[in-house]
Amino acid sequence: MSRYRMQRLGFALLTLISLVVVAPILAVIGIILVEGMGAISWEFITAMPFDGMKQGGIFPALVGTLLLTLGTAVVAIPIGVGGTIYLAEYARDTLVTRCIRLAIVNLAGIPSIVYGLFGLGMFVLFLRMGTSILAGALTLAIMTLPVIISTAEESLRSVPTEFRTVSASLGGTRWQGIRYIILPQALPGIITGIILGLLRAAGETAPILFTVAAFFLPRLPQSPFDPTMALPYHLYVISTQVPGMPIHIQHGTALVLLALVLSMNLFATIIRSYFRRRRQW
Amino acid sequence: MVEAKIHIDKVSYAYGENWVLNDVTLDIAPNSVTVFFGPAGGGKTTLLRLINRLNDLVEGTQMKGRILVDGQDIYNSEIHIPTLRRRVGMVFALPLPLPGTVRENVLYGLKLAGVKDRSRLDEILEQSLTQSALWDEVKDRLDHLAVALSGGQQQRLCIARSLALEPDILLLDEPTSGLDPISTRKVEDSLFTLKEHYTVIIVPHSIQQAARIADKAAFFLMGNLVEYAAGTELFTRPRKKKTEEYVTGRFG
Repeated sequence: MSRYRMQRLGFALLTLISLVVVAPILAVIGIILVEGMGAISWEFITAMPFDGMKQGGIFPALVGTLLLTLGTAVVAIPIGVGGTIYLAEYARDTLVTRCIRLAIVNLAGIPSIVYGLFGLGMFVLFLRMGTSILAGALTLAIMTLPVIISTAEESLRSVPTEFRTVSASLGGTRWQGIRYIILPQALPGIITGIILGLLRAAGETAPILFTVAAFFLPRLPQSPFDPTMALPYHLYVISTQVPGMPIHIQHGTALVLLALVLSMNLFATIIRSYFRRRRQW
Repeated sequence: MVEAKIHIDKVSYAYGENWVLNDVTLDIAPNSVTVFFGPAGGGKTTLLRLINRLNDLVEGTQMKGRILVDGQDIYNSEIHIPTLRRRVGMVFALPLPLPGTVRENVLYGLKLAGVKDRSRLDEILEQSLTQSALWDEVKDRLDHLAVALSGGQQQRLCIARSLALEPDILLLDEPTSGLDPISTRKVEDSLFTLKEHYTVIIVPHSIQQAARIADKAAFFLMGNLVEYAAGTELFTRPRKKKTEEYVTGRFG
């Protein structure tokens, strides 16, 4: 075989392999779209479930997931971004900061069910929060922190050191340099990290399993101390725990969850490219 | 003898255990251009950065000796470092415009200092860009991005940015190293007008440049101050053999 033909064959093979990467994603979205589209209606989104969840909608689960994501954001963003600014801009390289970094890396590797059990022990039982949105959001926030911190730290470090030196040479305090130069430049990366973290929190089941999620609770939570239904757990319940569940409801629920997560992802991409275009150096 | 503007007193300095300045002592007169020159690794830039405490940003260093500005020890713990850096401006080897427009760049230091008076800001903007010989070229582009300027313009912008703070002292670390001859000429010209108002210390990027602009010149070799004299003396009748060899281009 000639070199030319070998090359052609090689290209064809590589193209095939990259299609293999895309195929599962397309299949998942395709199947869920086809099977679930029939279930989607205004009622499905906005109604309470009834008749053992075989009828009605997913409203409380959708609201629950939105509230949990919001709660996670409220806790994780200030701690994550604040902690990162300290680590990347202020902290010297000492044994303590090395331990902190090591802890963050390891935090990222902990299985989500372990976070769930930790949340149960720490927030639900020890701190007596009970099965509540508060306990769930705190658990999800801890799980989200490493994602936020590692992407935010990378964005801060990608801003050239010279900007810090110039700012200092013009009489700027370290904070002024961060406030006026470093943070605005690092913001798109930080926002992307935050959204990616929250996205993971919105879709996780294990951390909310023991801390907040209700099996069947056809009303909206009244306070952060109430439990709530949540989409991922609801999906698990109707797929495995309820016999005789109509399959289009399962797929419809999956479709809503998928749409929620994918639209957040799209939003992150748009924000990032918007800020990239506005980059001024 | 005029009172020294800057008094460098037996200064030694090390990164880790690597001593890059050894027992350097010299006085710098006000309203003059002093050049620090010599081969790379002589400690010129480090000494420059010690005068506005910019080397505080570097970790793991040690220093001996004192540096006095207007008779005041700037390494005294009561010194307010941002105030010191406003008095002692610095221009770097590469033009480093900050993100943002020409106007934002020039006025950045004043914003940090909390100056808000609009008419005063406009006045300083024009004045400092005029002093750095850039005003005519950018007066219609004040709100354009600074990165859109040419390299030579960016460097004069950086000079204007330092001048906007109305410092007493201006430190320039090879400010023309990245520039073409015409831009270099413009920057040098602006330095001559600057010394009426400022004390200028410059690390030149060539011996020729050092000879062109120096009122006084200090020759550094391996962290030692070899010779310090009036520019006309040092470049025509150097007293030390090493200086002569370097100035006449026999090593370096």
